[in-house]
Amino acid sequence: MSDRDTTEYCYDLAIIGAGPAGMAAAAEAGQLGLATVLIDEQEEAGGQIYRAIGRAPLADEDVLGSDYYKGRLLLEAMQASHTNYLPGTSVWDVEDDLTMSVSHHGHSRQVRARRLLIATGAQERPVPFAGWTLPGVMTCGAAQVLLKNSALVPPAPLVLAGSGPLLLLIASQLSHAGVPIEAVLDTTPRDNYLRAARYSPGALRNPKLLLKGVGLLRTLKRSGVPHITGVESLRAESGNDDHVDRVCYRRKGIDHKLYCRSLLVHQGVVPNVQLTRALELEHRWHEQQQCWHPHVDVWGETSRAGIFVAGDSSGIAGAQAAEEAGRLSVLQIAKQLGQLEEGECDTRAVPIRRRLGPHQAIRPFLDVLYQPARSFLIPEDDTIVCRCEEITAGELRHIADAGCQGPNQAKAFCRAGMGPCQGRLCGLTVSQVLAERSNQSIDAVGYYHIRPPIKPLTIGELADIAN
Amino acid sequence: MPNVSHFERLPMRAGEQVTVFVEGQALKVDSYDTAAAAVLIAGLVPSRTTPTSGSPRAPYCLMGVCFECLLDIDGVANQQGCMVKVRDGMQIRRQAGARDIHEPRQETAT
Repeated sequence: MSDRDTTEYCYDLAIIGAGPAGMAAAAEAGQLGLATVLIDEQEEAGGQIYRAIGRAPLADEDVLGSDYYKGRLLLEAMQASHTNYLPGTSVWDVEDDLTMSVSHHGHSRQVRARRLLIATGAQERPVPFAGWTLPGVMTCGAAQVLLKNSALVPPAPLVLAGSGPLLLLIASQLSHAGVPIEAVLDTTPRDNYLRAARYSPGALRNPKLLLKGVGLLRTLKRSGVPHITGVESLRAESGNDDHVDRVCYRRKGIDHKLYCRSLLVHQGVVPNVQLTRALELEHRWHEQQQCWHPHVDVWGETSRAGIFVAGDSSGIAGAQAAEEAGRLSVLQIAKQLGQLEEGECDTRAVPIRRRLGPHQAIRPFLDVLYQPARSFLIPEDDTIVCRCEEITAGELRHIADAGCQGPNQAKAFCRAGMGPCQGRLCGLTVSQVLAERSNQSIDAVGYYHIRPPIKPLTIGELADIAN
Repeated sequence: MPNVSHFERLPMRAGEQVTVFVEGQALKVDSYDTAAAAVLIAGLVPSRTTPTSGSPRAPYCLMGVCFECLLDIDGVANQQGCMVKVRDGMQIRRQAGARDIHEPRQETAT
């Protein structure tokens, strides 16, 4: 494709993100005859969950398990759909008329569409604890990306710490691959099991997923990996080489220490709201998921007509729910653009909603069960919250006492959120710490204003647009 | 690099290999690896220091969120190593503190 050939051309639909929601949406849009462009930051389609699914480089398919390889069907459907797929392309601005400024390998151009579907997925929830910035500490998601994309496994001794399905999944995958694991330190608060129990009727509507969870626990047990529950006061410490060397924790009032060269941490995933925030869409706080999500209607349409969000970027529900949500949004988009009669749209939505049901029904159970321990949401004073600017929770409390009203003032007070990650990794924590300290609701405190460009740009990339 | 720890490779389907240079050391990697993955294979950890306090950091999220994997790639600083696919002959270096915008790096013969 030549440069700058698309500003005059207007697509029916632009989809941002080629994970499960984006790939399924592209396939559906193709069937409905919509001229579609699928823009993805990664070089290969799949999102994080189906990362590198087109190559699937691991020789032993048992390591990742069959759920991963289900992504092949989505990829094939997307590839067969005549969608104009733009890999390696970041969207850094969206104007009011849905003209997007995008950058590909250092060159920018503009792409316009009549409807926009944001399918930018999830990111891992920030996991602030003492020592989380040390080299050798990574997220469980990071380990999975390296495993899927490059068949790489972390150096031993290896410890995993945190809470949530992905913690158990990556532990069982690494264990299956023959990687020795010293321990899985489970920080799920003991109360959560009781609190989640009352949501078990909903969970029982998704027996497949429940059985998968039980299976993971059983696999771990069989493999002999110690699964240590009730872990508190997690702390990573370095040796004399600027690298994590040991992980310390308390359990039943007794302090423990484990030596490790790799520490993988996880506290669940949250919607990636960078683009939806930059578009100033209405967001709401989700108490059970302890995060914000853009408010959408039953079709995924947001507070701005013509802009839709599907998949985990509108609220965490997992990969299979994401693909159904992508399809639903496309039906409504096709209806709005006159490609589908209203009755036909509703008829086609019925089986999709039926498949979506069990994935939504199990959420309250999972969300409450794996709600992070308080110390990961509102950390202690000496814990770094903003990794880029190295701002601790104590400094945030100090500026709250000095009158700082919320995250946007915090930028001026202490530079929290002003580093290269643009608040992606501290936004949730900064809001929660400030809200708690100043006795305000999280809604009153709000979130960072995210402004374009939402990805770092060179001056050259910016200048391309002016030409 | 004191007390090096390397990521290790599990058996892979046949792929193409390329050679990159991590702090000048030649390293054969898979053509679909990212620059951040190359750094982890080479054991170049920490891979940067922060502009704020000079504290050591290394790749953290590997999915474009955290910006901890900022590297100097082919003489251009501040690049997200996890978002850049390797190329044959790529020069990957640690990023020490803030990017220097005053003195462009001298091209070194390779």
